[in-house]
Amino acid sequence: MSGTPPAGPTVTIHADDRTARVPAGISVAAALLELGVGAFRRSVSGEARGPLCGMGTCHECRVTIDGTAHRRSCLILVAEGMRIETGAPSEIAS
Amino acid sequence: MTSTVDASVRIATPLAAAHLTTDVVVIGGGPAGMAATARAAEAGRRVVLLDEGPNVGGQIWRHRARATLGAEARRWLDRLSRSPAEVYHGLAVVDIVPSVGDGPITVVAERHRGGPVDIVHAGALVLATGARERFLPFPGWTLPGVIGIGGAQAMVKQGASFARRRVVIAGTGPLMLPVAATLSAAGARVVLVAEQARASAVRDFALSLLWHPETLAQAALYRLAFLRSPYEFDTWVTEATGRDRVEAVMVSAGRRTRRVSCDLVCTGYGLVPNVELPRLVGCAVAEGAVVVNEQQATSVPGVFAAGEVTGVGGVSLALVEGEIAGAAAAGAVRPDSALVRRRAALRGVAASLERTFAPRAELRSLARDDTIICRCEDVRLASVARLASSRQAKLYSRAGMGACQGRVCGSALEFVLGWAPGTVRPPAEPARLSTLAAAVPSTVDIAASTPTSGH
Amino acid sequence: MTRPRPDAIVVGAGIVGAACAAALAGEGLRVLVLEAEVAALGTTAAGMGHLVVMDDSPDQLALTKYSTSLWAAQSDTLRTASELEWCGTIWVAEDDAQMDAVRAKRQLYAEHGIESVVLDERELARREPHLRPGLAGGLHVPGDGVVYPPTAALAMLDLARERGAEVREGTRVEEIIPHGVRFAGTTVHADVVVNAAGAAAAGLTPGLPVIPRKGHLVITERHPGFCRHQIVELGYLTSAHVLTGESVAFNVQPRGTGQVLVGSSRELVGWDPSINRQVLARMIERACRFMPALASLTAVRTWTGFRPATPDKLPLIGRWPDTPGLWIAAGHEGLGITTSLGTAALLADLVVGRDCAIDAGPYAPDRGLSVVAE
Repeated sequence: MSGTPPAGPTVTIHADDRTARVPAGISVAAALLELGVGAFRRSVSGEARGPLCGMGTCHECRVTIDGTAHRRSCLILVAEGMRIETGAPSEIAS
Repeated sequence: MTSTVDASVRIATPLAAAHLTTDVVVIGGGPAGMAATARAAEAGRRVVLLDEGPNVGGQIWRHRARATLGAEARRWLDRLSRSPAEVYHGLAVVDIVPSVGDGPITVVAERHRGGPVDIVHAGALVLATGARERFLPFPGWTLPGVIGIGGAQAMVKQGASFARRRVVIAGTGPLMLPVAATLSAAGARVVLVAEQARASAVRDFALSLLWHPETLAQAALYRLAFLRSPYEFDTWVTEATGRDRVEAVMVSAGRRTRRVSCDLVCTGYGLVPNVELPRLVGCAVAEGAVVVNEQQATSVPGVFAAGEVTGVGGVSLALVEGEIAGAAAAGAVRPDSALVRRRAALRGVAASLERTFAPRAELRSLARDDTIICRCEDVRLASVARLASSRQAKLYSRAGMGACQGRVCGSALEFVLGWAPGTVRPPAEPARLSTLAAAVPSTVDIAASTPTSGH
Repeated sequence: MTRPRPDAIVVGAGIVGAACAAALAGEGLRVLVLEAEVAALGTTAAGMGHLVVMDDSPDQLALTKYSTSLWAAQSDTLRTASELEWCGTIWVAEDDAQMDAVRAKRQLYAEHGIESVVLDERELARREPHLRPGLAGGLHVPGDGVVYPPTAALAMLDLARERGAEVREGTRVEEIIPHGVRFAGTTVHADVVVNAAGAAAAGLTPGLPVIPRKGHLVITERHPGFCRHQIVELGYLTSAHVLTGESVAFNVQPRGTGQVLVGSSRELVGWDPSINRQVLARMIERACRFMPALASLTAVRTWTGFRPATPDKLPLIGRWPDTPGLWIAAGHEGLGITTSLGTAALLADLVVGRDCAIDAGPYAPDRGLSVVAE
């Protein structure tokens, strides 16, 4: 990830333990790739997985967004204050 | 004394359903869907367009800023926005209920960000669900950094930057050209483009395009953009290696195999029509594509289909089919003859494309026994190779039971093992349980009563 | 080429047929299993895979208790192949009246040596935090479990093969005759013929009181830790008991994968396998009534299956007097996975002429049931 902030309008997102300013209007998947995230999720046998198809078909890009698990990050755009968690889905909040 | 508990009180469903009634509902906002929507709306019908992505445009016209699109795309975007059609994106169609008698077709959609379930009641439906890439399994294909060719295009257009990446593009078909050009322009170093088709076949195909010089000119322009990158025929990737992400690939040209270091691999072997929603509503499908007549009507009354879902054929064909379908869904008695002629010509090119770039037989044997073939459930080839059908594989090994509902492994194993796809049931995409519950209002309360004494 | 005549022919390679084949082969019989399509892909593949004691009647309780103890005694091989987990069951009571039923159930179970613990509202909530507040309590039955039925059935068939059995798939039996079967223009004779054809058993044995009872299920994506036990509402018994019309009853099950399996529904609509969206919606609504957090879980698949239903909710295990040599092992409704082992053990005892571990009389096929129950 480059040290200079992006040009144009930006939003602040929280990805795991990082807070970052990313261009507004990009997909969550693109934002995570920009932040150097390799493993968006862990497969059933624990492999690191990242986006494959880029168009909502393969479901490999799933992350937890604002507390809801299994969201396809390639189909969702970043939003101000968004919380993104990668890796295995945590227990659903009561 | 026994007392009976009447447990028939229904819970208040926390998420309401938002009902919409319209004349025509179009599913899929790529070129075909946009053309159908504009046409039907211009004919005076109420039209609703639903798209799963963050914006209309589908794959080929995916964009964040309009300025990045070509002139034809911008014309159609303008035409769509000038029409009175209602366009909704960011929602996935999870179910379609065919009409009963004179009743409407019902489309159920779930918004990615949550909220009410969208239920659209329409007199006619146009399915323009496009096509997806066919991924073929090979050792290491699940490593982060191995992405689709169309996938790379989509990711770049949605804001990803692959600047300074060392890229190998290995697959088939003309799509590799614009993707290589885009990546090069964005600062990536394309170290190899590997086309699995034979040089002679591609050359013959290119010669056949002399009738369409603008296409050849465009191809040449693309190639110029990454002229320093080798473009090899009869070549494919046999393996990807790396610890947590891809670091190198093994590249084969039949007898010769060599190692190429890279940190991004773009791979895909053709396009597969997204026939899941058409099959869900009952449309006849042949050779993996929706069967349509000259009006783009499917086998289900009131349901039309246009674009890649009726057979992969490119943008121009998708636009023509979309216009015909939109007009027909709006009530046109017969299709426009100029459009019909154009469609016939373009379909000829599409057929030639498919023959030229059909995946070669060697690609069937890339996966080893321990190669994962179902990425959602981590099922390896050995678990399914000796089984007879996709259903058997699903129930014995869970292959195809995961989130992608068999879209990736099903298309792969159709090529590798010759299996026909399994049955399609709702939800057509994973959906929240509340969506399945809210979609159909109950008319009768179900009672579960429990006597309190005796057994 | 002539093959040696089998001692027993088992028709149907679902979990009941597979268990019977393994048991009969274990008695030293030469067993031939004839499966019309592919092993374990019928009702066996459609069910929830619960191993549960159920007390719709004393005879049902006896059989399910016997069967769950047999599951507990199975080899490591079978238990691993079946993905068996002893997650236990919690029966949920909505109010004081149902709590009375819970206490009566505990008493009944205690009399039969089945461990169970009454839970008050707080204890219930502690064990299953996603159950809605305001429930009266429940009954925890720790000895219940869950398996993955297709692989369990395949493991039983493997065991049968190890014991000398032959399994032929893609072989549809057209007719059962005295001491034999006909298929594809051939007749094969055996002293013992077992009709284990599940919901389709009546097609081979006219007059057999078994009809298909359709059920829906839906499974979610992985939400590990969402629920820890199989959870059932007390009304499930009523839904299973009344053989009329259409009913839904709350029943969820945690799979070893972290997915949540949600059921249940019952309908008599013949053999229509299509998803009935209204029944599905009502089933989910009812489940969300008990566990509101279910509503936001992601559902990946829905499917239907056909339970083989009998008028008195008990299976048919034993001789069918009308046809010499014919035995029945069918009609298990929603308990086929659980009682597959008990059925096979009873059948083997009856066939070799040994005393059964439990009284098999209540399951006698010729106990005078009417053919079509309404």
